[in-house]
Amino acid sequence: MFWNKPVETMKREDLERLQLERLQATVQRVYQNVPLYRERMQEKGLVPEDVKTLADIQKLPFTQKTDLRDEYPYGLFAAPREEIVRIHASSGTTGKPIVAGYTQNDLLIWAEIVARCLGCAEVDYRDTVQVAYGYGLFTGGLGLHDGAQRAGAQVVPVSSGNTKRQLMLMEDLGSTALACTPSYALMIGESLRDSNFDLKRLKLRKGIFGAEPWTEGMRDQIEQLLGIQALDIYGLTETMGPGVAMECIEGRSGLHVWEDHFLIEILDPESGAPLPDGETGELVISTISKDGMPLLRYRTHDLTSIIAEPCVCGRTHRRIRRLRGRTDDMLIIRGVNVFPSQVEAAIMGIPGIAPRYLLVVDRVNNLDTLEVQVELMPNLPFDEVRQIEQLEERVRRAIEQVLNLSVRLRLVEPNSIERSEGKSKRVLDKRNLFD
Amino acid sequence: MFIQQLSVYIENHQGRLADFCALLGGGGIDLSALSIADTSNFGLIRAIVSDNDKALSLLQQNGFAASLTPVLAVSVADAPSGLANVLQILREGGFSIEYLYSFMRRINHEAIILFRIDKPEEAAGLLLKKGIRLLSQEEIAR
Ligand SMILES: [Zn+2]
Repeated sequence: MFWNKPVETMKREDLERLQLERLQATVQRVYQNVPLYRERMQEKGLVPEDVKTLADIQKLPFTQKTDLRDEYPYGLFAAPREEIVRIHASSGTTGKPIVAGYTQNDLLIWAEIVARCLGCAEVDYRDTVQVAYGYGLFTGGLGLHDGAQRAGAQVVPVSSGNTKRQLMLMEDLGSTALACTPSYALMIGESLRDSNFDLKRLKLRKGIFGAEPWTEGMRDQIEQLLGIQALDIYGLTETMGPGVAMECIEGRSGLHVWEDHFLIEILDPESGAPLPDGETGELVISTISKDGMPLLRYRTHDLTSIIAEPCVCGRTHRRIRRLRGRTDDMLIIRGVNVFPSQVEAAIMGIPGIAPRYLLVVDRVNNLDTLEVQVELMPNLPFDEVRQIEQLEERVRRAIEQVLNLSVRLRLVEPNSIERSEGKSKRVLDKRNLFD
Repeated sequence: MFIQQLSVYIENHQGRLADFCALLGGGGIDLSALSIADTSNFGLIRAIVSDNDKALSLLQQNGFAASLTPVLAVSVADAPSGLANVLQILREGGFSIEYLYSFMRRINHEAIILFRIDKPEEAAGLLLKKGIRLLSQEEIAR
């Protein structure tokens, strides 16, 4: 089922012509409006007119997550304040988040591509879509919300959490599609099973799950527990939010990237050299229709490969494979992006605490858990239980504030966190997230 | 007037207290008193030892978070009422006790109570004035 068949099945040459046009306009836009891009292009001796073919994208400068941090909050915006109508945010690598700004037109495009994603799952105006992604600065909730509404579906903006209420609404309102993180879907499914809930009481038939990596094994489990078909959606706040790419129900193998809005490259994460289709490397995305915060060659640090072969569904937009991992140490915990360096920034300067820590991530009953171990200095500043508990509390709060996640904190003895080659290991992820 | 107490943080791992004792024993350090306060997450060892500086550096070099804390060692001959008397004096003086623990000495059946008090100097002065005997480091750690 297509939301926008002419575009989704556009001939490659027409699509590429459109891409070039939009890329050129985007390069002009950022050159005129974003000092960082103008400077970087000037350093390379480039002017916007140097982009004559799609292959010329390789001449353009990269954008790194650190650029979003350094230019926080508005430095990369290419539209005046008056034209920005929405802000979203995601975790930065230190204390501050990274923010993205959207114009009216950006939001229309976002809704359009999410509506296409729903089409990939055969969800349309006849459906009731329960959005159990978090609403707020996180792009998941509002992104799916606007897209489902654009598709004409009846939207239930329940947001995440409160599984009992989710199930009540799902049954009472007859929700036919569920949008949330795959781990939350699994949690809902297991609570159904544990309460011997008869699936016939639900009308649920489709699931659109993303914002964190998941495996085929998890898909099988979710489909079985909820009696639905589960599909993978991809996106990131920096380039828009969910909806950059979506798996189609016909193929269920790889996610179509909406190439009329995003240009994708796969690069060798070490050298930055382009890799041929089919080879796994770092996904790099350029937005070519965004006005608020267009990004050139954004390094996602997500590992995947391009599937160039035509898909059985008839869409001509190329696919990326289900994510294979990360090139950096970013973790996704309960749908929230977490960088170990954020923890470091949070605990820095607290007396009695060494800047050595370990994030222990696990999944218990389908809920991600995060334990942060922080080393005490050899010189114990306290001799009272209460003081140590206060320190524990202070450190925990500092971390929770930066991560926006509840954590279990453990103050550990000096030098107890394992070091390898002098560098301490910062993450122990016990989950099994990638196939 | 004060004696130095060793305060050591230990995680609730099995055998961690044994590690602590073995480390001091290996260093030829004697323990005169030992108390452990614990929570579900961690424990806090308080000990009076024969050689503070040696014990501290040994512990810190071996992955323990430790420090020295001044405490008052009060001798009470007749344990319960003796303690009640000391507590009464401290209460009247307006002092607050952070914690206390006791140990018995076999020699003259003397009970020794270790106090951690908010204003130790003033508290010590008051106790001495009231005729309470405070023990020195040498008297305790022998
Ligand atoms: Zn397809």
